[in-house]
Amino acid sequence: MTETRKLIEKEVLMNGTQAVAHAAMYADVDVVTAYPIRPYTEVMDTISKLIADGELDAEFVIAEGEHGQFEAVKHASLVGARTLVGSSGTGWMYGMEAIVVTATDRAPVVAIIGNRALDDPGAYGVEHNDALMVRDVGWLLVWVDTAQEAFDTTLIAYRVGEDPRVLLPVGVSMDGGFLTHAEQIVRLPPKELAKEFLPPYNRGKYMVHPDNPISVAPQVNEDWVMELRRQHDEAMERARNVIVEAYDNFKKVFGRYPGTTKEIELPENPFVEPFMTDDAEVILVGMGTVSKPMKVAIKKMRQEGYKAGMLRLRWFRPFPTQDVMKYLGNTRVVCVVDRDYSIGSPNRGGAVYQEIRSALYDLDQRPKVLGFIGGLGGREVTIQDVEKIIKIGYEHRDTPITKPVYWAGVRGDPW
Amino acid sequence: MVEKEREERAYKTIIKTIKDAPLEEFYTSGHRTCQGCESALLMRFLAKSAGPRTIVIGATGCMYVANTTYYTTSWVVPWVHTQLGGSGAAALGTAAALKALMRKGKIKQEPINVIAFCGDLGCADMGLSGVSNAMTYDYNLLIILYDNESSANTDIQETSMTPYGAQTTFSRPGKVRRIMKRRWKKSVVPMIIAGHRTIKYAATMNPAYPLDGLNKIRKALEIGGPTFIHSLDPCPKGWDYDPQFSHELGVLAVETGIWPLYEYIEGKIVYDEPTKSIVEGRTKRKPVREFLEKQGRFSHFTEEDVEYFQRMVDEMYEDWEIPGVMPIKSLNVKIDDN
Repeated sequence: MTETRKLIEKEVLMNGTQAVAHAAMYADVDVVTAYPIRPYTEVMDTISKLIADGELDAEFVIAEGEHGQFEAVKHASLVGARTLVGSSGTGWMYGMEAIVVTATDRAPVVAIIGNRALDDPGAYGVEHNDALMVRDVGWLLVWVDTAQEAFDTTLIAYRVGEDPRVLLPVGVSMDGGFLTHAEQIVRLPPKELAKEFLPPYNRGKYMVHPDNPISVAPQVNEDWVMELRRQHDEAMERARNVIVEAYDNFKKVFGRYPGTTKEIELPENPFVEPFMTDDAEVILVGMGTVSKPMKVAIKKMRQEGYKAGMLRLRWFRPFPTQDVMKYLGNTRVVCVVDRDYSIGSPNRGGAVYQEIRSALYDLDQRPKVLGFIGGLGGREVTIQDVEKIIKIGYEHRDTPITKPVYWAGVRGDPW
Repeated sequence: MVEKEREERAYKTIIKTIKDAPLEEFYTSGHRTCQGCESALLMRFLAKSAGPRTIVIGATGCMYVANTTYYTTSWVVPWVHTQLGGSGAAALGTAAALKALMRKGKIKQEPINVIAFCGDLGCADMGLSGVSNAMTYDYNLLIILYDNESSANTDIQETSMTPYGAQTTFSRPGKVRRIMKRRWKKSVVPMIIAGHRTIKYAATMNPAYPLDGLNKIRKALEIGGPTFIHSLDPCPKGWDYDPQFSHELGVLAVETGIWPLYEYIEGKIVYDEPTKSIVEGRTKRKPVREFLEKQGRFSHFTEEDVEYFQRMVDEMYEDWEIPGVMPIKSLNVKIDDN
């Protein structure tokens, strides 16, 4: 059965944004709202062409700014339409008010975030701080690493977000430039299979329609906000199981594991991608395309006797606490590479560093955790940088940590 | 031909006397607006006029916090909150979604009214770009600006719609400066009709003229496309007067010429009574003093201020190209006012 399905898969060269646009077409979105900002924009460029060519039947609305862009899809989603939206960097910030209420109104829109540095100074290279701005307000957040994963994860995002047990917006994040604009081979499955995988969006009793005259988001003050936040948190927690179900079902329907072109790549875990972690004494942690230099450096350093491994986080919200404990609990040193910063935070580390440390705290035997801030504003994290990080980690196997956080590759700083 | 039919249909639905107005209410008990609130009356008109096949979107503002406190919502039709600056985009998103869902057969094909309302800040200030963008698309949606000339649920702050010289907590007269609000009020309907060719219907209204208001909402919905209505709503709290005079002040705003009632229908300006009589010279405008002296917010006005106010209003009718509407004057061309 898998063989026949493989035969009708199409291999196409496309970049990360185009992959997302094609996934949205497969999902048969009803309303798309666009506003330009690099580097996410090509999603909308592609959607526009797909609509013009008659391959996608959707309303394509150009908003007057990101606030309007996100406000419009929120309302489209509340009346029962499947939607696609997206942004980058400061544009994502400009829409923040509408972005926050999209989650609190439980509108399962899917947004593509082409990660970009926040101004000033003007920079359009990758930095994860833009997407991380919503880490505390109830968006599901997933980081993808390849164009294939971008395509597959977008389909999964609709399925998870629109599940009646969840009803939450999903941010599909990808590294600006390194993934948004890097072309790779993507295997596009036949459309019928996407239909089989993705049920139609049904808001049920929460749908805004004259037949169902409900009031959405009435003012509650202290009467109900606690309860609403709690329900929101519970929906996020339920998303964990829904994600696992979705990945399993994806494998059944498409005959391959999401994010890979291979039939099944072991070990399977929707939340994290472990790489040579089994016997590793130092494990690197990162999100997105930083996995590429990491994998190369790890293979190289293993030949020199360094037992290194990597754990790439896919889903950041809900945070994979159990998986982090499982894969990092038996190692000696964890080196977290943040493509973000949290200025003034504990140890002056990045956001992922803080989360990993927090997740490991309850273990009886905790590994040491080092933080590395690198690749900000689109600067490359080089293989040499990663080798240095592994060496610093190795030095701390038996010695106490004196400097918990390093900035990897800042001019004039011998780290 | 289609245009003609649509126009005929629009006029067929006109309510001839107030007794012919529908008895059903879709904005009903349960709201907590102030005594004498004219914006609440406007909400009632919009719901009554539009009927049950309607989705109402309400931006943050006094009509959000007063009407839709959980447990006591006054809306019988579906109602959704949008952010302060989001009404234009929210209406656009809703209308676009309905269109797509109906076209793709995901919901039943039928006309559903999409009405978004917003206050001074939500329409004339921060939300203006969104409202403008909505007006450039050809979706069926109506945006209503309920204008009580201040930010009324945050303790009466000055907005760009506050009239010249009025007291608010952001414009308090002091020992050195008597007039803190020196900006003149924006003209929103002219801005909308001049800038958006897509729009076929826009109007000003005032809840003191209920029949006029009900019909304007009907016409906007029947003519379709993006449409816009600007309503001046006297506010006892913000304007500082006894709630029993709400209706009287609404009438005075029109009779003094400060608030002209007109419609923009397919490229033409149509005046409504009593503004029609004023523009055609059959009735004399009442002095603005009658309107100003009844409100506490103008209590610091001197003779000089009243004269200035009067002069500015006179200018609207004597020097403007379209009296009371367009604040421009062409020097070379005489435009026929039909």
